[in-house]
Amino acid sequence: MELAISIIVGFMILGAIYAIHARDILSAVIAGGIVGYSLVICFLLLKAPDLAIVQIVVETITLIIMVAVVLDSSRVEAYGKFDRPAWVTAGTAVLILAILFWFLKEASAPLAPFGENSMRMADAYVNGAVEKTGSINLVTGVVFDFRGYDTLGEATVLVTAVLGVLTILRIKGKR
Amino acid sequence: MTVYWLCFILFLTGLYGVITRRNLIKIAISLSVMEFSCFLFLALIGYKEGGVAPIVDLADPDKTYVDPLPQAMVLTAIVIGLATTAMLMAVIIRIYRKYGTFDIREIKNLRG
Amino acid sequence: MEGMTVIVKKTTQLIAGIIFLYGIYIILHGHLTPGGGFAGGVILAGSFILLILAFGSDFLNLIREERGSTLYENLAILVFLLLALTGLLAGGKIFFANWLPHGTPGELVSAGFLPLYNIFIGIEVAASILTIFLALVIFKEEILK
Repeated sequence: MELAISIIVGFMILGAIYAIHARDILSAVIAGGIVGYSLVICFLLLKAPDLAIVQIVVETITLIIMVAVVLDSSRVEAYGKFDRPAWVTAGTAVLILAILFWFLKEASAPLAPFGENSMRMADAYVNGAVEKTGSINLVTGVVFDFRGYDTLGEATVLVTAVLGVLTILRIKGKR
Repeated sequence: MTVYWLCFILFLTGLYGVITRRNLIKIAISLSVMEFSCFLFLALIGYKEGGVAPIVDLADPDKTYVDPLPQAMVLTAIVIGLATTAMLMAVIIRIYRKYGTFDIREIKNLRG
Repeated sequence: MEGMTVIVKKTTQLIAGIIFLYGIYIILHGHLTPGGGFAGGVILAGSFILLILAFGSDFLNLIREERGSTLYENLAILVFLLLALTGLLAGGKIFFANWLPHGTPGELVSAGFLPLYNIFIGIEVAASILTIFLALVIFKEEILK
């Protein structure tokens, strides 16, 4: 299982690198789709069918919006040189990478190995949940019953995002 | 443990894109790559070896299930991610209509 | 916004209804099978987006549709909040208390408030995504005019 997921995540990294370096913006958007659709397979392998259903539809709608935006504007990317000398850029990159990987090493030390979930909350949400919520689907039980506040907050963020889109697109700006 | 490291490298790839690219659409794609790596990490720590999807089988009470809590968190976050990506796109087309370019360095020079 | 060719229109006629039904099924069975309000809502929005893309729509219609979807979105989150507030008045005096009888686990009508929450979150998500899409389309139409 770990091997299969590692291979798929490797593909996701390749797709992301291609998306970042592609000359044509349209192919960059489609290569970004590789990452999203591979995530669906990862979710299925990780026994999360709810997430897979949501992710596959959301990725499709995101692609529709992005392709529509790219198609009625410019598709070429302007390339240019960096302002700073090459050794400054390379040095900064190595330094930042070293710091981030040291951080990862420190942060991943207390994590349990893959496949041994060590969170104590899981037992409380799984054992006796059917009697408490009456729902067979444990994810729905957590979303709407144990953690209803979170869902209310997320719904509020969704409404705020919609209002933001409406506001941004309605302003009559100066030409 | 390898999977966690690969997941972190995916996050770093997105960060690299956000820092080095000048095209606004590529920055948006890199941001969603970072977002996906966070979703993947949350789904990974909830996995239990030999567990099944968190739908209770009433006939067989002794099954082990994967942790439903990270899945519930990610479920809402994915939909929020769509809304925020759409908002980013709205900002990007506004900018394109005003300045006629996606290049952030040119936009900085044009100012006004 | 213009529609597409006859082939696309005919295929859309056949498929869009089935996608819509599938979304409703996912929402109603959210407490029994994988899925729920978030997944079903996105699928419902997807069927509407498919119809708009395939058949096209003129400018006044788009504005009317957007007004309607904004209304549904706000009403749905209001009802969701009111349902959560009923827990404060009745039952255990807790916000988000699930005080309706739970029924037999595994049946369609069971789990108290959860199916109701699923339905309203589904409407809210579907209307939000449709509103965002319509706003982007209307912006593009205004530029073309």
